[in-house]
Amino acid sequence: MIKGMRGLSFKEDLIFEKSREGAKGYSLPKLDVPKADPAKTIDKKFLREGKIGLPEVSEVDVIRHFTKISLWNYAVDYGLYPLGSCTMKYNPKINEITSSLPGFADAHPYQPYSISQGALELMYNLEKALMEITGFSRVSLHPAAGAHGELVGMMLIRRYLEDQGNPRKKVLIPDSAHGTNPASAAICGYEAVELKSNSEGMLSLSDLEAALDKDVAALMLTNPNTLGVFEKNIKKICEMVHKVGGQVYMDGANMNALMGIMKPGKSGVDVLHLNLHKTFSTPHGGGGPGSGPVAVAKHLAPYIPKPVIEKNDKGEFYLDYNPEKSIGRVRSFNSNFAILVRAYTYILSCGSDGLKESTEHAVANANYIRKKLSKYYDLPYETSTLHEIIFSDKIQEKFGVTTKDIAKRLLDLGYHPPTIYFPLIVHGALMIEPTESESKQELDGFIEAMIQIAQEAEKEPEKCTEAPHNTVVGRLDEVTAARTPILKWEPEKE
Amino acid sequence: MKYLPNSGKEFDEILKEIGVGSVDELFKVIPEELRLTKPLDLPEGKSEVEVLDILRNLSDKTAGVSKYSSFLGAGAYNHYVPTTVGSLISRAEFYTAYTPYQPEVSQGTLLAMFEYQTMMCHLTGMEIANASLYDGASATAEAVLMADRIQRKKNKIVMSEGIHPEYLETVKTYLWNLPIEIVTVPLQADGSTDMNALKNAADDSTAIIMAQSPNFFGVIENIEAIAGAAKEKKILFGQIITEVYSLGMLKAPGAFGVDIVVGEAQSMGNKLNYGGPYLGFIATTDDLKRQLPGRLIGMTKDNRDQRGFVITLSTREQHIRREKATSNICTNEALCATMAAIHMSTIGEAGVKEVAEHCHSKAVYAHQALEKTGKVKFPHSGPYFNEFVVDVGKNGKDIVEKLTEKKIIAGFPLIYYYPERENQILMAFTELNTKEQIDRLAAELGGAL
Repeated sequence: MIKGMRGLSFKEDLIFEKSREGAKGYSLPKLDVPKADPAKTIDKKFLREGKIGLPEVSEVDVIRHFTKISLWNYAVDYGLYPLGSCTMKYNPKINEITSSLPGFADAHPYQPYSISQGALELMYNLEKALMEITGFSRVSLHPAAGAHGELVGMMLIRRYLEDQGNPRKKVLIPDSAHGTNPASAAICGYEAVELKSNSEGMLSLSDLEAALDKDVAALMLTNPNTLGVFEKNIKKICEMVHKVGGQVYMDGANMNALMGIMKPGKSGVDVLHLNLHKTFSTPHGGGGPGSGPVAVAKHLAPYIPKPVIEKNDKGEFYLDYNPEKSIGRVRSFNSNFAILVRAYTYILSCGSDGLKESTEHAVANANYIRKKLSKYYDLPYETSTLHEIIFSDKIQEKFGVTTKDIAKRLLDLGYHPPTIYFPLIVHGALMIEPTESESKQELDGFIEAMIQIAQEAEKEPEKCTEAPHNTVVGRLDEVTAARTPILKWEPEKE
Repeated sequence: MKYLPNSGKEFDEILKEIGVGSVDELFKVIPEELRLTKPLDLPEGKSEVEVLDILRNLSDKTAGVSKYSSFLGAGAYNHYVPTTVGSLISRAEFYTAYTPYQPEVSQGTLLAMFEYQTMMCHLTGMEIANASLYDGASATAEAVLMADRIQRKKNKIVMSEGIHPEYLETVKTYLWNLPIEIVTVPLQADGSTDMNALKNAADDSTAIIMAQSPNFFGVIENIEAIAGAAKEKKILFGQIITEVYSLGMLKAPGAFGVDIVVGEAQSMGNKLNYGGPYLGFIATTDDLKRQLPGRLIGMTKDNRDQRGFVITLSTREQHIRREKATSNICTNEALCATMAAIHMSTIGEAGVKEVAEHCHSKAVYAHQALEKTGKVKFPHSGPYFNEFVVDVGKNGKDIVEKLTEKKIIAGFPLIYYYPERENQILMAFTELNTKEQIDRLAAELGGAL
């Protein structure tokens, strides 16, 4: 059954356009102390005069406005969200309940430890659970997102190498890597050197060998990589990098293929970052907030960001603000704590059995799609894949239909498209990661839609090239948006 | 509880269709020596009832500020959040959506972000604001890196010691690996940045001067003077703000010619959450927009001539520019920004000013009440908005702990970051602190000293 349809597509003005002088949507308690005249203590030239420019609307206006525009979003709670490497799994509702418990939601990060023990215990336990899942010696919960975790991981490597006498100059990164890898390496003062993938979609050992020298600080490797392929030579790769004195950083964006199956820490890797908003079911929130904990091998543990969580002899938890070798702070306070609560809830709910089964279902679902669609779409790499599958638009391009058109046509048929044009090494890539959250029925619906598009591309290509037809807006003019950017609302000039 | 919709039968059908006899076969691509032979050493999965029980127990062992009279601020503020925020943000359309890379099915997020950007522009008086960064500290580091890109040949950063200590530390960590020197400028007795020292520190090799106002100790800086000094030497000036409600009372930084405004907007609709997620923001002038880090949402038209919104100027970002990107940021704090947009819509023009007025009035009242005890001193005489330092004459940490037993969290003991401020407590006041709470703070503090 094809599920696309025209929904309730309301026209809606911006909140600023609904503003009416004097309208109010809030109420405050009556001021119970004398009203202070700021001009008595603050120089008048520093006091605001006139309007700020914020909306003046009622509570009903606010509720209706944001409710209406929310209906213009696709969401995991609607259906399959097969973005490769993004792991859009279901976000259990219990996570939202636990993270908003008053002890957590209303706790100030600087309140005394004596009244923060539950929050600290949760962080301590989560660290321990993530250590067990990844096979590493220590975890830092500070990073606010995956890229932040990458940055922290590379900082740890650099500080460790400095202590060894030489921070070195280069970081090797496969051409299939996420763009955040080279960007993170650059902030650490490293030159990013690209390694080409071989015909199997893996890192070539001979190319690696040729690139390795005393200037190499680290290799940044995603495993399974962004083609969904497990780097089967991982142990050998780590040995080779270690032999020249370098470190191996693993991007854990694809941990959903490994949880309960293998531990990256036991494969020779030195640092790994996790995305709690991918593997551990915390919501993506339309782009964030996430959380990107970093797991490290023993030799890197002394360097993790401060403050670090510890337990004293009496069994009380506290934050150590001054661990001697820490790289320092990478953010304010201690973590994206409310995200940690959700991830911890998820780990407790699933348990060791559930985490492993989730991985199994995720990998099976991806392979099912691979099997069903490889007759209709070009598979650029034949190698077996785990949790995601990458097709190209090679077959459809002959009829003038590109990956972008396929993606836009999927919107008409009621599905969010896969990740497109990534990894960069695949021409017109369609990167599909269904996750374990999809039933066979839902997968079959998506497969049917993809087959329909493949057929349309051949027979009625304009259905694809002119898509989407059913969405609240059509294809948007991104060129003009970038050339003459309008980045804030302004009233139309008379 | 497992979140697996496929029944055993369906799962078997899937395996059969793939052509494998068992699920283990799918993992044969992982070398056998790396595959686990026993389950993870974690408890078995639990029911919803059991999990809720465990988490409630942990929550009960942590005290939310609502059960205490809290005077904690120091970069995270306890403000009234209207019920519209929690209600709207729990719509799955917002919180279970991905980054709006497919604009045709992401107009809700995109429009909310565009409105948020507009509101932040109005609040700060700047021309461009981005769609969020992680938090105030990392946003400050991003502002410094941005200045470094703009002022390529200059390699010095001048930072006031009135900046939040965790922000200063974060900047140091970010710059550790780069050839940029950080020079800090001390405060003078009134608690504001020493202008002579600042003028001496800033020279031809300085890329940016960074100062926080109101600063970490609550003192409102002379932004006009700092901006003037920066302009004179053709140096950029970045103002940090950790309490954005101050902008309901204080003149917008844009009015003084500040180049970059950066900081923490947690005050707008985001709960305390024991430290995060919060809402890093950055705003700048039109001239500097192409050096901004992070995501920007722009307005455009679709092929049906309707208004629509898209992620724009993305050639600055890591997924396009890779190692040459303006930042490595990808996932940001979009939902926190959405909460801020809903908050600022509900509280609105009048509300932001009224909340600011309440905050300031409570702080002034508290200042007088504490003064009347005759047992405390105020180390800084500079003007304040809703936060100030109190010298209690005894170890501040001990006093805070003592008052905690009386259900009062008196503030942040500065000894954590400043050994020389052993007896000082930083106290913040918001519209949620009642007169009664403040009277009790003064009485109990007076009693404890």
